[in-house]
Amino acid sequence: MPLDLVCPAGNLVSLKTAIDHGADAVYIGFRDNTNARAFPGLNFDEAQAAEGLRYAHARGRRVLLALNTYPQTDTWRRWTDAVDRAAALGIDAVILADAGLMRYAVRHHPQLRLHLSVQGSATSYEAINFYHEHFGIQRAVLPRVLSLAQVENVVKNTPVEIELFGFGGLCVMVEGRCLLSSYCTGESPNTAGVCSPARAVQWKETAAGLESRLNGVLLDRYGKHEKAGYPTLCKGRFEVAGETYYALEEPTSLNTLDLLPAMLKMGIAAIKIEGRQRSPAYVAQVTRVWRAAIDAVKRDAAGFAPTAAWMAELNKLSEGQSHTLGAYHRPWK
Amino acid sequence: MEMKLSLGPLLYYWPRDDVFAFYAAAATWPVARVYLGETVCSRRHLLRLPDWLELAEGLAAAGKEVVLSSQVLIESESDLKTLRKLAGNGRFLVEANEWGAVRLLARAGVPFVAGSTLNVYNAQTLDVLAGLGAVRWLPPVEVSRTMLAAVLEQAPAGIETEVFAYGKLPLAYSARCFTARHYNLAKDDCQFRCLDHADGLPLASREGRPFLTLNGIQTQSAGVYTLIALVPELATLGVSCLRLSPQSRHMERVVGAFHDALAGAPPADLARVMPGPPVDGYWRGGAGLDHGDGAC
Repeated sequence: MPLDLVCPAGNLVSLKTAIDHGADAVYIGFRDNTNARAFPGLNFDEAQAAEGLRYAHARGRRVLLALNTYPQTDTWRRWTDAVDRAAALGIDAVILADAGLMRYAVRHHPQLRLHLSVQGSATSYEAINFYHEHFGIQRAVLPRVLSLAQVENVVKNTPVEIELFGFGGLCVMVEGRCLLSSYCTGESPNTAGVCSPARAVQWKETAAGLESRLNGVLLDRYGKHEKAGYPTLCKGRFEVAGETYYALEEPTSLNTLDLLPAMLKMGIAAIKIEGRQRSPAYVAQVTRVWRAAIDAVKRDAAGFAPTAAWMAELNKLSEGQSHTLGAYHRPWK
Repeated sequence: MEMKLSLGPLLYYWPRDDVFAFYAAAATWPVARVYLGETVCSRRHLLRLPDWLELAEGLAAAGKEVVLSSQVLIESESDLKTLRKLAGNGRFLVEANEWGAVRLLARAGVPFVAGSTLNVYNAQTLDVLAGLGAVRWLPPVEVSRTMLAAVLEQAPAGIETEVFAYGKLPLAYSARCFTARHYNLAKDDCQFRCLDHADGLPLASREGRPFLTLNGIQTQSAGVYTLIALVPELATLGVSCLRLSPQSRHMERVVGAFHDALAGAPPADLARVMPGPPVDGYWRGGAGLDHGDGAC
């Protein structure tokens, strides 16, 4: 089916919530740094994953497992063990970024379905077809860098299903090709499964305003009436040539509801909602809106328009209460 | 094995004459290898592939081993067209900087260099690349000595290791152009403002601490990574080539200092010729912006 709704689940409650509100699939991670949301208190142990699978499969839905950080030589076994456990549990697909780990999965679990993670940074059909030919990748999640026309060109030139980010936190950088977090803190998504980790964040009330720092580097300073957001490095205000502004990206979220008819038409296999770190309440609201929107566009693509109520509800949940079409829309670049 | 020096690809956008002058000078410097080509932005057009090939012939005639580096972020069909020409050039080795290039080079059956943005963090992935024809590789620039030592212990036989050892660190790539954004210009109408910033556009925290460097769609560190004091350690690990990343001024001094260090001289103090403060935290396993004993 085109336009499968793939929702985030940071824990079992979120998983069930996403399924109950209409997700076709959920994606989860194990409780360690084998996935790119290695946050304290988040993710699944084996028993919870098994329970989640049982719950999803009983309702005809799927569970995908993100193993999308880059294994290192001395901890290689942690990642291969995770692949083994995923296969034993009957996970519907594992989402991988590392070529060495893909080779392991193909050799040891040829029946296991593989997806290429956004952390694999594949932005062209040549790259995606590489992973398809060598490791049998069946779906690829595209980094949030291509325009819609470029996405369509990828779809036309690969047998691999394409999954796009539809809503949630917006990485302004190519996923898997951003080391800003480790430059500042020593830990990056690639190696540690975290970006701008909470342990490195400091908040301080000063005469000049509320300051957020990451490992000592001032990321932003908020005036009395400004709302302070989580200090993600690329969404800070910096000085460039005497000007202070959001030099990389405003605190904003991606929202692509408007693009659903185009995505349906070009044959996008799945829409991914970001946010395994968000609450079950968030998962419920976002899933409900996106389920309704996807059903509506499938019923009548030509007559589709996002309702004001959907947009209002999603904006309420957006970082900085604003949203963007991101790179899908050229002027953003 | 004797350690070599390489000149990395020019990451900035310089006027055409400046580029030709730079490489004319580089032909006389003690670097064994020169990486050429536009790796950052397809809009930078003052030199096209035929120009790079002309430079390549000149440098090869001067005794340099020339490698053509591919663009890191591939977005359009026209990017792929250039990539195919590069992969099929039939004369010079190519550095693959994303996996589409790996596919094309492996299919062509030619040896290649596995660039640092392929994200090789373990020996198994390195083995995949070696099987496809990689004869040399660069670890990600965030690699620590511990991580590299672990890979090299299990590395496939015969593959050569090159390490980014000097320059502002290329940290991130985006669809967005941050230089154009600074000037409130759309990327499609950037007016080539990168030309005004020969070593990138400095970005500081709101209290004036140098932090990053904007270079079009690429974000670099403000700090200049330098491993000149660690040459013996790199040699012991089995690293056979050190990459020096071009800067607009004093590059000859930098090359000379590394050349002396390879010959056993005590490390020269390069602070005066660096376009930013020195950093080496990644190599020590910490935050990239750290330097020396761990102090920021």
